[in-house]
Amino acid sequence: MTTEYTKPFPPITDLNRPYFEAGAEGVIKLQSCNSCGNIWFPAAEHCPRCLEQDYEWKPMSGRATLWSWVVMHQVYFKSFKDDVPYVVAFVQLEEGPFMMSTVTGVDREALKRDMPLRATFVPAKEGSWLPVFEPAA
Amino acid sequence: MAFLNEDIAIVGVGTTDFAAQYKERDPSRTSYSLGIDALKQALDDSGLELSDIDGLLCSRMPSYERIGDLVNLRHVRVVNGYEGSGRMAGVVIQHAAALIAAGLATTVACIYGNNGRSAAMTYGGAGAGTPDHLYYDLAYGMTSPGAYVGMMYQRYASIYGAPDGALAPLAISNRKNAALNPIAVMKEQITEEEYLAARYIADPLRLYDYCMINDGGAAIIVTTKERAKNLKKRPVLISASASSGDLTNFYTKPDFFDEASRFVADKVYAQSGLTPDQMDCVQIYDNFTPIMLFSLESFGFAPRGEGWQWIRDGRIELNGEMPINTSGGHTAEGYMQGWALQIEAVRQLRGEAGARQVSDCEIAQYICVSPIVTSHILRRG
Repeated sequence: MTTEYTKPFPPITDLNRPYFEAGAEGVIKLQSCNSCGNIWFPAAEHCPRCLEQDYEWKPMSGRATLWSWVVMHQVYFKSFKDDVPYVVAFVQLEEGPFMMSTVTGVDREALKRDMPLRATFVPAKEGSWLPVFEPAA
Repeated sequence: MAFLNEDIAIVGVGTTDFAAQYKERDPSRTSYSLGIDALKQALDDSGLELSDIDGLLCSRMPSYERIGDLVNLRHVRVVNGYEGSGRMAGVVIQHAAALIAAGLATTVACIYGNNGRSAAMTYGGAGAGTPDHLYYDLAYGMTSPGAYVGMMYQRYASIYGAPDGALAPLAISNRKNAALNPIAVMKEQITEEEYLAARYIADPLRLYDYCMINDGGAAIIVTTKERAKNLKKRPVLISASASSGDLTNFYTKPDFFDEASRFVADKVYAQSGLTPDQMDCVQIYDNFTPIMLFSLESFGFAPRGEGWQWIRDGRIELNGEMPINTSGGHTAEGYMQGWALQIEAVRQLRGEAGARQVSDCEIAQYICVSPIVTSHILRRG
Protein backbone atom coordinates (compact mmCIF):
# COMPACT_ATOMS: atom_id res chain seq x y z
CA MET A 1 0.00 0.00 0.00
CA THR A 2 1.31 3.44 -0.84
CA THR A 3 0.03 6.55 0.80
CA GLU A 4 0.85 10.03 -0.32
CA TYR A 5 3.49 11.75 1.82
CA THR A 6 1.84 14.98 2.88
CA LYS A 7 4.36 16.57 5.22
CA PRO A 8 6.75 19.27 4.02
CA PHE A 9 9.79 17.75 2.41
CA PRO A 10 12.70 19.17 0.45
CA PRO A 11 12.91 18.66 -3.28
CA ILE A 12 15.43 15.84 -3.75
CA THR A 13 18.33 16.93 -5.92
CA ASP A 14 21.64 15.42 -6.96
CA LEU A 15 23.18 17.57 -4.25
CA ASN A 16 21.10 16.39 -1.29
CA ARG A 17 20.15 12.84 -2.39
CA PRO A 18 22.98 11.11 -0.49
CA TYR A 19 21.75 12.66 2.77
CA PHE A 20 18.14 11.59 2.36
CA GLU A 21 18.94 8.09 1.06
CA ALA A 22 21.56 7.27 3.71
CA GLY A 23 18.82 6.31 6.16
CA ALA A 24 18.36 3.08 4.19
CA GLU A 25 21.81 2.09 5.41
CA GLY A 26 20.99 3.23 8.94
CA VAL A 27 23.47 6.10 9.00
CA ILE A 28 23.57 9.87 8.77
CA LYS A 29 25.88 10.90 5.97
CA LEU A 30 27.22 14.44 5.73
CA GLN A 31 29.56 16.13 3.33
CA SER A 32 33.19 16.10 4.41
CA CYS A 33 35.73 18.34 2.73
CA ASN A 34 38.66 16.51 1.16
CA SER A 35 40.67 19.70 1.27
CA CYS A 36 40.28 20.86 4.89
CA GLY A 37 38.36 18.10 6.68
CA ASN A 38 35.36 20.29 7.56
CA ILE A 39 31.95 18.61 7.94
CA TRP A 40 28.80 20.59 7.28
CA PHE A 41 25.01 20.47 7.24
CA PRO A 42 22.74 21.05 5.36
CA ALA A 43 24.00 20.12 1.92
CA ALA A 44 25.89 22.82 0.04
CA GLU A 45 28.01 22.90 -3.07
CA HIS A 46 31.04 24.43 -1.42
CA CYS A 47 32.80 23.75 1.83
CA PRO A 48 31.78 26.75 3.96
CA ARG A 49 35.22 26.86 5.56
CA CYS A 50 37.62 26.71 2.59
CA LEU A 51 35.16 27.16 -0.33
CA GLU A 52 36.50 24.08 -2.14
CA GLN A 53 34.02 21.83 -3.94
CA ASP A 54 35.96 18.65 -3.34
CA TYR A 55 33.98 16.62 -0.81
CA GLU A 56 32.69 13.16 -0.11
CA TRP A 57 29.69 11.90 1.83
CA LYS A 58 30.89 10.27 5.01
CA PRO A 59 28.90 8.32 7.60
CA MET A 60 28.57 9.98 10.99
CA SER A 61 28.54 8.13 14.31
CA GLY A 62 24.84 8.82 14.90
CA ARG A 63 25.69 10.02 18.39
CA ALA A 64 24.32 13.42 19.36
CA THR A 65 23.22 15.49 22.34
CA LEU A 66 19.96 17.32 22.92
CA TRP A 67 20.77 21.05 22.85
CA SER A 68 17.13 22.04 23.37
CA TRP A 69 13.57 21.42 22.24
CA VAL A 70 10.11 22.92 21.96
CA VAL A 71 6.70 21.33 22.07
CA MET A 72 4.80 22.69 19.12
CA HIS A 73 1.16 23.43 19.86
CA GLN A 74 0.32 25.74 17.00
CA VAL A 75 -0.88 24.07 13.80
CA TYR A 76 1.21 25.62 11.04
CA PHE A 77 0.65 22.76 8.60
CA LYS A 78 -2.47 20.73 7.95
CA SER A 79 -0.23 17.69 7.68
CA PHE A 80 0.81 18.10 11.34
CA LYS A 81 -2.73 18.75 12.62
CA ASP A 82 -3.03 15.29 14.14
CA ASP A 83 0.46 15.44 15.63
CA VAL A 84 0.14 18.49 17.90
CA PRO A 85 1.52 18.84 20.47
CA TYR A 86 4.74 17.41 19.06
CA VAL A 87 8.40 17.68 20.01
CA VAL A 88 10.95 19.40 17.80
CA ALA A 89 14.51 18.98 18.97
CA PHE A 90 17.68 20.91 18.21
CA VAL A 91 20.49 18.40 18.42
CA GLN A 92 24.23 18.62 18.01
CA LEU A 93 25.92 15.73 16.28
CA GLU A 94 29.08 14.37 17.85
CA GLU A 95 30.93 15.59 14.74
CA GLY A 96 29.81 19.20 15.39
CA PRO A 97 26.93 20.22 13.13
CA PHE A 98 23.54 21.14 14.59
CA MET A 99 20.28 19.93 13.11
CA MET A 100 16.57 20.09 13.75
CA SER A 101 14.90 16.76 14.37
CA THR A 102 12.69 15.12 16.96
CA VAL A 103 13.15 12.72 19.85
CA THR A 104 11.12 9.53 19.94
CA GLY A 105 10.70 6.76 22.47
CA VAL A 106 10.60 8.99 25.52
CA ASP A 107 7.95 11.05 27.33
CA ARG A 108 8.56 14.70 26.71
CA GLU A 109 8.67 15.30 30.46
CA ALA A 110 11.77 13.10 30.50
CA LEU A 111 13.69 15.25 28.01
CA LYS A 112 16.81 16.71 29.57
CA ARG A 113 19.25 19.33 28.35
CA ASP A 114 22.38 17.72 26.90
CA MET A 115 21.01 14.19 27.18
CA PRO A 116 22.82 11.74 24.90
CA LEU A 117 20.92 10.60 21.84
CA ARG A 118 21.40 8.22 18.97
CA ALA A 119 20.03 8.43 15.47
CA THR A 120 17.37 6.18 14.07
CA PHE A 121 15.46 6.60 10.83
CA VAL A 122 11.90 6.89 9.62
CA PRO A 123 10.80 6.48 6.02
CA ALA A 124 9.75 9.71 4.34
CA LYS A 125 8.93 10.68 0.80
CA GLU A 126 9.73 8.34 -2.13
CA GLY A 127 12.66 6.33 -0.88
CA SER A 128 13.94 9.08 1.38
CA TRP A 129 14.54 8.79 5.11
CA LEU A 130 14.54 11.27 7.95
CA PRO A 131 16.87 10.91 10.91
CA VAL A 132 15.15 11.10 14.28
CA PHE A 133 16.72 10.53 17.67
CA GLU A 134 16.10 8.38 20.70
CA PRO A 135 17.77 8.39 24.08
CA ALA A 136 21.11 6.60 23.97
CA ALA A 137 21.05 3.58 26.24
CA MET B 1 34.57 59.21 19.73
CA ALA B 2 30.95 59.62 18.76
CA PHE B 3 29.50 57.89 15.71
CA LEU B 4 30.22 60.19 12.75
CA ASN B 5 30.96 62.93 15.34
CA GLU B 6 27.22 63.20 16.05
CA ASP B 7 26.92 65.00 12.73
CA ILE B 8 23.80 63.10 11.73
CA ALA B 9 20.34 63.72 13.15
CA ILE B 10 16.83 62.34 13.03
CA VAL B 11 14.54 65.27 12.25
CA GLY B 12 11.18 63.79 11.38
CA VAL B 13 9.18 60.74 12.43
CA GLY B 14 5.75 59.46 11.52
CA THR B 15 3.55 56.53 12.42
CA THR B 16 0.07 55.55 11.34
CA ASP B 17 -2.70 54.79 13.85
CA PHE B 18 -2.02 51.11 14.54
CA ALA B 19 -5.03 50.77 16.85
CA ALA B 20 -7.47 52.11 14.26
CA GLN B 21 -5.95 49.95 11.54
CA TYR B 22 -6.20 46.86 13.72
CA LYS B 23 -9.95 47.23 14.16
CA GLU B 24 -10.74 46.34 10.59
CA ARG B 25 -8.94 44.35 8.00
CA ASP B 26 -8.96 46.08 4.65
CA PRO B 27 -7.84 43.97 1.69
CA SER B 28 -7.39 47.11 -0.38
CA ARG B 29 -4.92 48.60 2.14
CA THR B 30 -1.42 48.38 0.67
CA SER B 31 1.94 48.57 2.33
CA TYR B 32 2.64 51.52 0.04
CA SER B 33 -0.29 53.58 1.29
CA LEU B 34 0.66 52.87 4.91
CA GLY B 35 4.27 53.85 4.29
CA ILE B 36 3.24 57.00 2.47
CA ASP B 37 0.84 58.03 5.27
CA ALA B 38 3.75 57.74 7.67
CA LEU B 39 6.06 59.67 5.34
CA LYS B 40 3.56 62.50 5.12
CA GLN B 41 3.48 62.70 8.90
CA ALA B 42 7.26 62.63 9.12
CA LEU B 43 7.52 65.47 6.62
CA ASP B 44 4.97 67.53 8.57
CA ASP B 45 6.81 66.68 11.76
CA SER B 46 10.14 67.92 10.38
CA GLY B 47 8.95 70.89 8.37
CA LEU B 48 10.63 69.47 5.28
CA GLU B 49 9.07 69.28 1.83
CA LEU B 50 9.17 66.29 -0.46
CA SER B 51 11.52 68.27 -2.69
CA ASP B 52 14.06 68.37 0.17
CA ILE B 53 14.39 64.59 0.12
CA ASP B 54 17.33 63.28 -1.90
CA GLY B 55 17.56 59.76 -0.53
CA LEU B 56 14.99 56.99 -0.29
CA LEU B 57 15.47 53.80 1.68
CA CYS B 58 12.47 51.57 2.11
CA SER B 59 11.62 48.24 3.65
CA ARG B 60 8.80 45.75 3.35
CA MET B 61 7.12 47.53 0.47
CA PRO B 62 7.69 45.36 -2.58
CA SER B 63 9.26 47.92 -4.92
CA TYR B 64 11.33 51.04 -4.29
CA GLU B 65 10.64 52.02 -7.86
CA ARG B 66 6.90 51.97 -7.21
CA ILE B 67 7.37 54.07 -4.08
CA GLY B 68 9.52 56.56 -5.98
CA ASP B 69 6.75 56.97 -8.48
CA LEU B 70 4.00 57.18 -5.85
CA VAL B 71 5.69 60.00 -3.95
CA ASN B 72 7.21 61.68 -6.97
CA LEU B 73 10.79 61.15 -5.87
CA ARG B 74 12.25 60.13 -9.21
CA HIS B 75 15.76 61.47 -9.02
CA VAL B 76 16.87 60.72 -5.48
CA ARG B 77 20.64 60.36 -5.12
CA VAL B 78 20.57 57.22 -3.03
CA VAL B 79 17.86 54.61 -3.19
CA ASN B 80 17.41 51.05 -2.00
CA GLY B 81 14.78 48.55 -0.98
CA TYR B 82 15.52 46.41 2.06
CA GLU B 83 13.90 43.06 2.76
CA GLY B 84 10.85 43.23 5.00
CA SER B 85 12.48 41.68 8.05
CA GLY B 86 12.67 43.34 11.44
CA ARG B 87 16.43 43.17 11.61
CA MET B 88 16.49 45.78 8.81
CA ALA B 89 14.93 48.59 10.88
CA GLY B 90 18.19 49.45 12.58
CA VAL B 91 20.23 48.69 9.48
CA VAL B 92 18.27 51.19 7.37
CA ILE B 93 18.77 54.06 9.83
CA GLN B 94 22.44 53.20 10.20
CA HIS B 95 22.90 53.12 6.42
CA ALA B 96 21.05 56.40 6.00
CA ALA B 97 23.44 58.02 8.47
CA ALA B 98 26.49 56.50 6.80
CA LEU B 99 25.37 57.52 3.31
CA ILE B 100 24.76 61.08 4.45
CA ALA B 101 28.13 61.19 6.21
CA ALA B 102 29.76 59.97 2.99
CA GLY B 103 28.17 62.84 1.10
CA LEU B 104 26.04 60.69 -1.17
CA ALA B 105 22.83 62.36 0.00
CA THR B 106 21.76 65.06 2.45
CA THR B 107 18.26 64.16 3.57
CA VAL B 108 17.12 60.56 3.48
CA ALA B 109 13.55 59.37 3.92
CA CYS B 110 13.39 55.90 5.45
CA ILE B 111 9.99 54.34 4.94
CA TYR B 112 8.28 51.16 6.12
CA GLY B 113 4.82 49.88 5.25
CA ASN B 114 3.25 46.65 6.49
CA ASN B 115 -0.22 45.40 5.57
CA GLY B 116 0.43 41.94 6.99
CA ARG B 117 -2.83 41.67 8.92
CA SER B 118 -5.03 42.75 6.04
CA ALA B 119 -3.11 40.46 3.71
CA ALA B 120 -3.54 37.60 6.25
CA MET B 121 0.16 36.81 6.25
CA THR B 122 1.70 34.44 8.77
CA TYR B 123 5.18 33.86 10.12
CA GLY B 124 5.60 30.12 9.79
CA GLY B 125 4.46 27.46 7.37
CA ALA B 126 5.67 26.96 3.84
CA GLY B 127 4.62 27.98 0.39
CA ALA B 128 5.88 28.83 -3.04
CA GLY B 129 9.29 30.39 -2.72
CA THR B 130 10.27 28.70 0.54
CA PRO B 131 14.01 28.08 0.11
CA ASP B 132 15.11 24.44 -0.07
CA HIS B 133 17.37 24.65 2.98
CA LEU B 134 14.43 25.50 5.27
CA TYR B 135 12.75 22.21 4.36
CA TYR B 136 15.25 20.32 6.50
CA ASP B 137 13.45 21.90 9.48
CA LEU B 138 9.95 21.98 7.99
CA ALA B 139 10.11 18.21 7.55
CA TYR B 140 9.87 17.94 11.36
CA GLY B 141 7.13 20.54 11.62
CA MET B 142 9.68 23.15 12.73
CA THR B 143 8.77 26.65 11.60
CA SER B 144 8.27 30.24 12.78
CA PRO B 145 10.92 32.44 14.42
CA GLY B 146 9.11 32.12 17.77
CA ALA B 147 9.77 28.39 17.91
CA TYR B 148 13.48 28.96 17.23
CA VAL B 149 13.54 31.49 20.06
CA GLY B 150 11.60 29.03 22.23
CA MET B 151 14.46 26.55 21.73
CA MET B 152 16.92 29.09 23.13
CA TYR B 153 14.66 29.98 26.04
CA GLN B 154 14.11 26.33 27.01
CA ARG B 155 17.86 25.94 27.37
CA TYR B 156 18.32 29.32 29.05
CA ALA B 157 15.64 28.53 31.63
CA SER B 158 17.19 25.15 32.32
CA ILE B 159 20.73 26.49 32.76
CA TYR B 160 19.84 29.55 34.81
CA GLY B 161 16.88 28.19 36.75
CA ALA B 162 14.23 30.55 35.40
CA PRO B 163 10.85 29.22 36.57
CA ASP B 164 7.63 29.03 34.58
CA GLY B 165 6.25 32.56 34.37
CA ALA B 166 9.67 34.22 34.46
CA LEU B 167 8.82 36.02 31.20
CA ALA B 168 5.49 37.33 32.47
CA PRO B 169 6.81 40.70 33.76
CA LEU B 170 7.94 41.55 30.21
CA ALA B 171 4.53 40.91 28.69
CA ILE B 172 2.75 42.67 31.57
CA SER B 173 5.00 45.75 31.45
CA ASN B 174 4.49 46.11 27.71
CA ARG B 175 0.71 46.10 28.20
CA LYS B 176 0.94 48.73 30.95
CA ASN B 177 2.88 51.04 28.66
CA ALA B 178 0.53 50.40 25.76
CA ALA B 179 -2.39 51.62 27.87
CA LEU B 180 -0.74 55.07 27.81
CA ASN B 181 -0.11 55.04 24.07
CA PRO B 182 -3.08 56.16 21.94
CA ILE B 183 -1.97 54.26 18.85
CA ALA B 184 -1.16 50.98 20.64
CA VAL B 185 -3.16 47.96 19.51
CA MET B 186 -3.34 45.91 22.72
CA LYS B 187 -4.16 48.15 25.66
CA GLU B 188 -5.96 45.59 27.83
CA GLN B 189 -4.00 44.76 30.96
CA ILE B 190 -2.96 41.20 31.75
CA THR B 191 -2.08 39.55 35.05
CA GLU B 192 0.48 36.86 35.70
CA GLU B 193 -2.38 34.37 36.06
CA GLU B 194 -3.74 35.34 32.65
CA TYR B 195 -0.26 35.14 31.17
CA LEU B 196 0.14 31.61 32.53
CA ALA B 197 -3.35 30.55 31.48
CA ALA B 198 -2.82 31.56 27.85
CA ARG B 199 -2.27 28.80 25.32
CA TYR B 200 1.15 27.61 24.32
CA ILE B 201 2.29 28.36 20.80
CA ALA B 202 5.66 26.61 21.01
CA ASP B 203 6.11 25.47 24.63
CA PRO B 204 7.89 27.06 26.59
CA LEU B 205 6.46 30.17 24.87
CA ARG B 206 2.85 31.22 25.24
CA LEU B 207 0.60 33.57 23.35
CA TYR B 208 1.69 36.69 25.27
CA ASP B 209 5.35 36.02 24.54
CA TYR B 210 4.64 36.63 20.87
CA CYS B 211 4.50 39.82 18.88
CA MET B 212 1.32 40.43 16.95
CA ILE B 213 0.67 40.82 13.25
CA ASN B 214 -0.85 44.20 12.47
CA ASP B 215 -0.99 46.83 9.74
CA GLY B 216 0.86 50.10 9.90
CA GLY B 217 3.43 52.44 8.47
CA ALA B 218 6.46 54.19 9.91
CA ALA B 219 8.85 56.77 8.51
CA ILE B 220 12.03 58.38 9.76
CA ILE B 221 13.83 61.30 8.12
CA VAL B 222 17.58 61.55 8.63
CA THR B 223 19.77 64.51 7.68
CA THR B 224 22.87 66.42 8.72
CA LYS B 225 23.07 68.24 12.03
CA GLU B 226 23.70 71.37 10.00
CA ARG B 227 20.54 70.95 7.96
CA ALA B 228 18.63 70.10 11.13
CA LYS B 229 19.29 73.53 12.65
CA ASN B 230 16.52 75.33 10.81
CA LEU B 231 13.89 72.65 11.05
CA LYS B 232 10.75 72.46 13.11
CA LYS B 233 11.77 70.17 15.95
CA ARG B 234 14.73 69.82 18.18
CA PRO B 235 17.00 67.28 16.44
CA VAL B 236 17.83 63.88 17.85
CA LEU B 237 21.50 63.10 17.31
CA ILE B 238 22.84 59.66 16.46
CA SER B 239 25.61 59.31 19.06
CA ALA B 240 26.42 55.72 18.28
CA SER B 241 25.42 52.98 15.89
CA ALA B 242 26.89 49.57 15.20
CA SER B 243 25.91 46.19 13.85
CA SER B 244 27.10 42.62 13.59
CA GLY B 245 25.83 39.62 11.70
CA ASP B 246 25.15 36.28 13.35
CA LEU B 247 24.50 34.29 10.22
CA THR B 248 23.87 30.58 10.47
CA ASN B 249 21.29 28.15 9.17
CA PHE B 250 19.18 28.51 12.31
CA TYR B 251 17.59 31.43 14.16
CA THR B 252 18.43 29.38 17.25
CA LYS B 253 21.96 30.49 18.17
CA PRO B 254 23.98 28.33 20.58
CA ASP B 255 25.21 31.46 22.43
CA PHE B 256 21.85 33.28 22.41
CA PHE B 257 23.41 35.86 20.01
CA ASP B 258 25.90 36.81 22.72
CA GLU B 259 29.10 37.16 20.69
CA ALA B 260 27.49 39.38 18.05
CA SER B 261 25.61 41.38 20.67
CA ARG B 262 28.66 42.02 22.82
CA PHE B 263 30.58 43.25 19.77
CA VAL B 264 27.81 45.76 19.04
CA ALA B 265 27.49 46.73 22.69
CA ASP B 266 31.23 47.41 23.00
CA LYS B 267 31.10 49.55 19.86
CA VAL B 268 28.13 51.72 20.79
CA TYR B 269 29.27 52.29 24.36
CA ALA B 270 32.77 53.18 23.15
CA GLN B 271 31.43 55.52 20.46
CA SER B 272 29.12 57.33 22.84
CA GLY B 273 31.32 57.20 25.92
CA LEU B 274 28.26 56.05 27.83
CA THR B 275 27.36 52.99 29.85
CA PRO B 276 24.09 51.07 30.08
CA ASP B 277 23.11 52.62 33.41
CA GLN B 278 23.23 56.08 31.81
CA MET B 279 20.35 55.32 29.44
CA ASP B 280 17.10 57.08 30.29
CA CYS B 281 15.09 54.46 28.42
CA VAL B 282 15.79 51.48 26.18
CA GLN B 283 13.73 50.27 23.26
CA ILE B 284 14.40 46.57 22.71
CA TYR B 285 13.35 44.56 19.69
CA ASP B 286 10.90 42.12 21.27
CA ASN B 287 9.62 39.84 18.55
CA PHE B 288 9.43 37.30 21.39
CA THR B 289 9.92 38.08 25.08
CA PRO B 290 13.07 35.96 25.66
CA ILE B 291 14.96 38.17 23.21
CA MET B 292 14.60 41.00 25.74
CA LEU B 293 16.48 38.94 28.33
CA PHE B 294 19.24 38.05 25.88
CA SER B 295 19.49 41.73 24.90
CA LEU B 296 19.66 43.00 28.47
CA GLU B 297 22.33 40.49 29.40
CA SER B 298 24.57 40.79 26.35
CA PHE B 299 24.41 44.58 26.39
CA GLY B 300 25.47 44.67 30.03
CA PHE B 301 22.28 45.78 31.76
CA ALA B 302 21.98 42.52 33.66
CA PRO B 303 24.51 39.77 34.44
CA ARG B 304 24.38 36.67 32.22
CA GLY B 305 21.64 34.37 33.42
CA GLU B 306 20.09 36.93 35.74
CA GLY B 307 18.04 38.95 33.29
CA TRP B 308 14.85 37.15 34.33
CA GLN B 309 15.41 38.32 37.91
CA TRP B 310 16.61 41.80 36.90
CA ILE B 311 13.33 42.61 35.09
CA ARG B 312 11.13 41.85 38.09
CA ASP B 313 9.56 44.19 40.64
CA GLY B 314 8.91 47.04 38.26
CA ARG B 315 12.49 47.85 37.34
CA ILE B 316 11.66 48.05 33.62
CA GLU B 317 8.32 49.79 34.00
CA LEU B 318 7.73 53.42 33.19
CA ASN B 319 8.56 54.69 36.67
CA GLY B 320 11.22 52.10 37.26
CA GLU B 321 14.97 52.37 37.25
CA MET B 322 15.25 51.51 33.53
CA PRO B 323 12.07 51.97 31.47
CA ILE B 324 11.96 49.54 28.58
CA ASN B 325 9.69 49.54 25.55
CA THR B 326 7.79 52.58 26.73
CA SER B 327 5.34 52.43 23.81
CA GLY B 328 4.27 48.89 24.59
CA GLY B 329 6.72 47.25 22.21
CA HIS B 330 5.96 44.56 19.72
CA THR B 331 3.68 42.55 21.98
CA ALA B 332 1.37 45.47 22.79
CA GLU B 333 1.89 48.60 20.66
CA GLY B 334 2.20 46.75 17.38
CA TYR B 335 4.74 44.85 15.34
CA MET B 336 6.33 47.46 13.14
CA GLN B 337 9.48 45.32 13.21
CA GLY B 338 11.67 47.75 15.10
CA TRP B 339 10.66 50.88 13.20
CA ALA B 340 8.19 52.17 15.77
CA LEU B 341 10.60 51.37 18.60
CA GLN B 342 13.17 53.70 17.07
CA ILE B 343 10.46 56.33 16.65
CA GLU B 344 9.44 55.90 20.29
CA ALA B 345 13.03 56.64 21.29
CA VAL B 346 12.88 59.88 19.28
CA ARG B 347 9.54 60.89 20.81
CA GLN B 348 10.83 60.23 24.32
CA LEU B 349 13.91 62.35 23.65
CA ARG B 350 11.77 65.20 22.36
CA GLY B 351 9.39 65.01 25.32
CA GLU B 352 6.49 64.11 23.04
CA ALA B 353 5.47 60.83 24.62
CA GLY B 354 2.44 62.19 26.47
CA ALA B 355 1.21 60.11 29.39
CA ARG B 356 4.09 57.65 28.99
CA GLN B 357 6.82 60.30 28.95
CA VAL B 358 9.98 59.37 30.83
CA SER B 359 10.95 62.43 32.82
CA ASP B 360 13.97 64.35 31.60
CA CYS B 361 14.82 61.84 28.89
CA GLU B 362 18.13 62.81 27.28
CA ILE B 363 19.65 59.52 26.12
CA ALA B 364 17.90 56.51 24.66
CA GLN B 365 19.13 53.25 23.20
CA TYR B 366 17.66 51.00 20.52
CA ILE B 367 18.71 47.36 20.57
CA CYS B 368 17.81 44.68 18.05
CA VAL B 369 19.19 41.23 18.77
CA SER B 370 18.59 39.09 15.69
CA PRO B 371 20.70 37.57 12.90
CA ILE B 372 21.77 41.15 12.27
CA VAL B 373 22.33 42.68 15.68
CA THR B 374 22.06 46.47 15.61
CA SER B 375 22.02 49.19 18.22
CA HIS B 376 21.94 52.97 18.25
CA ILE B 377 22.37 55.42 21.07
CA LEU B 378 20.35 58.57 20.45
CA ARG B 379 20.81 61.87 22.26
CA ARG B 380 18.60 64.91 22.59
CA GLY B 381 20.24 67.58 20.41
